[in-house]
Amino acid sequence: MQPGTLSTFLKRGAIWGFIVLELIFFSIAGEFMSLSDNAFMDLDNMLLLLKQSAPIGIIAMGMTIVMINGNIDLSVGAIYAISAIILLDSMTWPIFGALGDGAIPIAWLLALAVGTALGALNGLIVWKTGVDAFIVTLGAMLGYRGLVFMYNGEQPTSHLNWTLVDFAEAQFLGLHTATWFLLLVTAAIWFLMNKTVHGRNAYAIGDNREAAVNAGIRVGPHMMINFMIIGFLAALSAVVFYSESGSVNPNDGELYELWVITAVVLGGTKLTGGAGSIISTFGGVLAIQLLRKGLSHIGADTETVNLVIGLILIAVLFLDRQLNIKGKEELKV
Amino acid sequence: MSKQEIGSFLAKQGILIAFAVFMIGFTLANSRFLDPDNVMGVIRSSAILGVMALGVTFVVISGNLDLSVGSMMSFSTIVVLDLHDKIGPALAIPAMFAMTLCLGAFIGFLVGYLKLNSLIVTLGMLSAIHGLTLTYSGGQNMDIADKEGTWFSVFGQGDALGIPVPILIFLGLAAFLGIMLSKTPFGRKVYAVGGNGTAATFSGIRRARVVFMCYLMSSFCVATAGLIQASRSLGSQNTVGQGLELEVLAAIILGGASLLGGSGTIFKTVIGVLILGFIQNGLLLVGLQFYVQYVVTWVIIILAVWLDIAAKRGRLWSPIA
Amino acid sequence: MTDQQPALRLEGIVKTFPGVRALDNVSFAVMPGEVHALMGENGAGKSTSMKVLGGIYQPDEGTIYVGEKPTVMHSPLDAKAKGIVFIHQELSLAEELSVAENIYLGELPKKRFGLVDWDTLYARTDKILEKLKVSFNAKTRVGDLSIANQQMVEIARALTVDAKAVFFDEPTASLTDAEKVVLFEVIADLQKQGVGIVYISHRMEEIFKITDRISVLRDGQYRGTLNTRETNEEEVTQLMIGRKLDLSRSALTHEVGDVALEVRGLSCGDLYRDVDFEVRRGEVLGFYGLVGAGRTEIAETLFGLRDPSAGKILMDGQEVRIHSPADAIARGISLVPEDRKGQGLVLGMNCRDNMTLPQVDDLKAGPFVAEGAEVSIFDQYRDKLDIRTPGWKQTVGNLSGGNQQKIVIGKWLSMHPSVLIVDEPTRGIDVGSKSEIHNLLRELASQGYAVIVISSEMPEVLHVADRIVAMFNGRVMRTFTSEEVTEDNLIQAISGLSGDGQAA
Repeated sequence: MQPGTLSTFLKRGAIWGFIVLELIFFSIAGEFMSLSDNAFMDLDNMLLLLKQSAPIGIIAMGMTIVMINGNIDLSVGAIYAISAIILLDSMTWPIFGALGDGAIPIAWLLALAVGTALGALNGLIVWKTGVDAFIVTLGAMLGYRGLVFMYNGEQPTSHLNWTLVDFAEAQFLGLHTATWFLLLVTAAIWFLMNKTVHGRNAYAIGDNREAAVNAGIRVGPHMMINFMIIGFLAALSAVVFYSESGSVNPNDGELYELWVITAVVLGGTKLTGGAGSIISTFGGVLAIQLLRKGLSHIGADTETVNLVIGLILIAVLFLDRQLNIKGKEELKV
Repeated sequence: MSKQEIGSFLAKQGILIAFAVFMIGFTLANSRFLDPDNVMGVIRSSAILGVMALGVTFVVISGNLDLSVGSMMSFSTIVVLDLHDKIGPALAIPAMFAMTLCLGAFIGFLVGYLKLNSLIVTLGMLSAIHGLTLTYSGGQNMDIADKEGTWFSVFGQGDALGIPVPILIFLGLAAFLGIMLSKTPFGRKVYAVGGNGTAATFSGIRRARVVFMCYLMSSFCVATAGLIQASRSLGSQNTVGQGLELEVLAAIILGGASLLGGSGTIFKTVIGVLILGFIQNGLLLVGLQFYVQYVVTWVIIILAVWLDIAAKRGRLWSPIA
Repeated sequence: MTDQQPALRLEGIVKTFPGVRALDNVSFAVMPGEVHALMGENGAGKSTSMKVLGGIYQPDEGTIYVGEKPTVMHSPLDAKAKGIVFIHQELSLAEELSVAENIYLGELPKKRFGLVDWDTLYARTDKILEKLKVSFNAKTRVGDLSIANQQMVEIARALTVDAKAVFFDEPTASLTDAEKVVLFEVIADLQKQGVGIVYISHRMEEIFKITDRISVLRDGQYRGTLNTRETNEEEVTQLMIGRKLDLSRSALTHEVGDVALEVRGLSCGDLYRDVDFEVRRGEVLGFYGLVGAGRTEIAETLFGLRDPSAGKILMDGQEVRIHSPADAIARGISLVPEDRKGQGLVLGMNCRDNMTLPQVDDLKAGPFVAEGAEVSIFDQYRDKLDIRTPGWKQTVGNLSGGNQQKIVIGKWLSMHPSVLIVDEPTRGIDVGSKSEIHNLLRELASQGYAVIVISSEMPEVLHVADRIVAMFNGRVMRTFTSEEVTEDNLIQAISGLSGDGQAA
């Protein structure tokens, strides 16, 4: 084994080890503490878990590539809400009224287009002004949320289309529609980051931006494409979720950015860019959802979830640092 | 002045100029805007955000972030309201301060002494403290039983010398912390640590301790903000401070501090807070909904930071290929 | 060689920045198959020349010829496509990516739909790696390679194109001797293929060993080209600095006092082992060795930035434990670090605040910083050290390197330390300030300070130090008095070739 391989393996594999621990813990603890008779690792329960992971998970894939690229996007929750409103509201527009269910694909496309456009706007601002992505998307998070409110005031936007609900609730090969979307997105993004020139260049930019620039890689367009992808995925997440629920409040999606970033960091993506794995992010998403479900399974208050996840995030950061520490002789700065 | 100098002047003072334009516009649109009552009202309603921003300014100048202040403020508010009825306001206030300072100390320990990334730590603490608050309150809203008969309301609703107490607390604390930051050895060390932490260490400054103190300062301000909030409303939801962490950062960025650390002042932060407050108020006065300010704030933040870095690099558009 | 066309030629290149004429009519030519040294002090225009050739800057005037053709370099990629390749001193690699991806960074072979053509990529990479006879393969993660191997990856990049001219910028700075041999072989190979090599280095030994001609820049101007075989170090140095540098051995002109600091058996992991030395008041102790020999790490240990794994430190005969810079400062040990901008100064702060930073807690008027006292300290050391600045309010980042270094030195002198450690005191500083700083260090010793000077420049230690500790590979090889030391025995000691010190 080459030097570094073991610790790399530990880090890559850590999230899966954590998931296994969660499964064991909640299965055993569930025997004693659970209010329900069902075992925690019941198949239906696990399938439901995958489905419930989808909204955060789909966005997390986008966040991973943005963070690998060396940026961050705090506006995903707001993009998610706007896309949801566009999706539900556009189906009620008179011009689509005559189309019946034919309006569905148009509504989907509209929502996805809006999400992509908002992501593109973020990317364009980061590219052209040189303002840090943290600030740009922090502003956009407020600004896009403002647009959400401006659309329909503080009222919820609702439209339930039963064809859509049926589609969203359908199961194919045992997996829910939302789960399929999550898996497809994961596969597609994995393929993008590992097999395409764009993906490899995105890694290079996050890893050593100056080297990438000197090698003639155009940083701006790559960043912009990644922001468009995360915008698209935030919209896709909304499309998948709201096709079923049919009603969106203007506050929906708030704090999503935090959940998403938590999942991505749990999966081991470096904040400084250049390193991160799509599969590990998938693990991070599952780990969070397991924790939520597991805690409620053993009868803990849902409130405790926030507490536990926050502390776990910090613990992971701490462990990561301990693994990377070089020893006593290290320079103390 | 040469053309270039004018450009750089405009860029440097851009935020104040934009502010002036806004003020003039709002005043023309609604003569009540610059009314002393209205101005007082704006500052008063900005006080909670402002007090929090003062503390976070220390953290930002020291080169770190604090995303936990919103949920920490909810915690303080809930705790002091709960304890008010249990042990009386005179004991509840110091108890709440002590608990909040413990949270700040914990974060300061993680970021300062363990050198963990502040963005992730405070992100984790945002979630953890939110959970703590919900666990504490059982998810219920917290209300003071006897809302008429308590002197506790003085911090949020009282007046002294004809000035609302929240304003006095905000401006008093701003003056105190402003002097601390600009005139004391501690303040100097905060700038050094944020400007170049390695060089500060190489100059014998105990960087960990400085960072720790900054988070302590931040939690003290959060506790004060929670006190004002609790005293003003005498009842609260668990999520009262939610999202404030980002508005606080917005105010600090508007004031012109760099998120990389080493620059910014308390005065600038106060300006940033007031700009946000006046914009919100101005938009309301001309009949727009509160959420329009979100969009306006977005545009202003990006313009402000953009102009600032454009002035520094000497060209408007970024050199990114 | 003269009847050939140059591989690359610069003709009258001018490049100005606001207030500075960075390149002023620079011309030189590299012939195919020659190794051409480009020399000059820091700031002489070497890196600006490279940036102009590399398409990062566009020249204001003048022409670049590749072969016979006048050429404009539009971008780094464009320069590479035209056969001009750079091996940078600071490695420009993406550590998380594979060797192959790094070699073809920005030019990954594509299939349809923007997919990477991995087969082609690995095949091409293997072919190049074969030529370099390296021990790693195309799929190795670059972050897992040693520094020397990472440099090989950089060199491999140069071989991906039909290179006309390859620039090596201080390529041996972090290489071991064995690795250097491989590097020189690679250079000789390139030479045989008719590639023009431009070799940028401060190390005279290397220059005289491998180059054919030497071009010298000074203050942005071209100063001439010499045939290596017909010149000597003195002539080159004179051309570089415009006058003869006084590096005569300084004689001890004053009494040396008692031992201020003594180190016995000090070790720190793999960084250094069993180090013994002492420094007396009134003397300058030099530490000489290659980068990575452990000199800086010893200084960092004495200053409380690293914990030793064994051994002890004594001050005035008493054992002391130093766990932090604050401890060190309290004991009277000061460190002027090697990385002035990264470790020595807060660049965004003004001169006064930087200078008084370590004592800001002591300069108090009530709860406040006594700014008046600060200003008078600043004024005192500005005059004493002849720091040229418009005033204390000037941001340190705007000062020249020499003046910045004086601020750092003043910062510690104002604390009246008993031991002053100075790591690479003149790195990146112009010649004038250089000798000022040398004189200053001598003067401090004569005032009774115990001064430790760490340097990679032999003339500097020979000039400044009363005794010299020669280090190699984490060990003290020998301690020389100024009577014993010669260039030859010093070089031998730091190359691990000889040494009768503690190392066996």
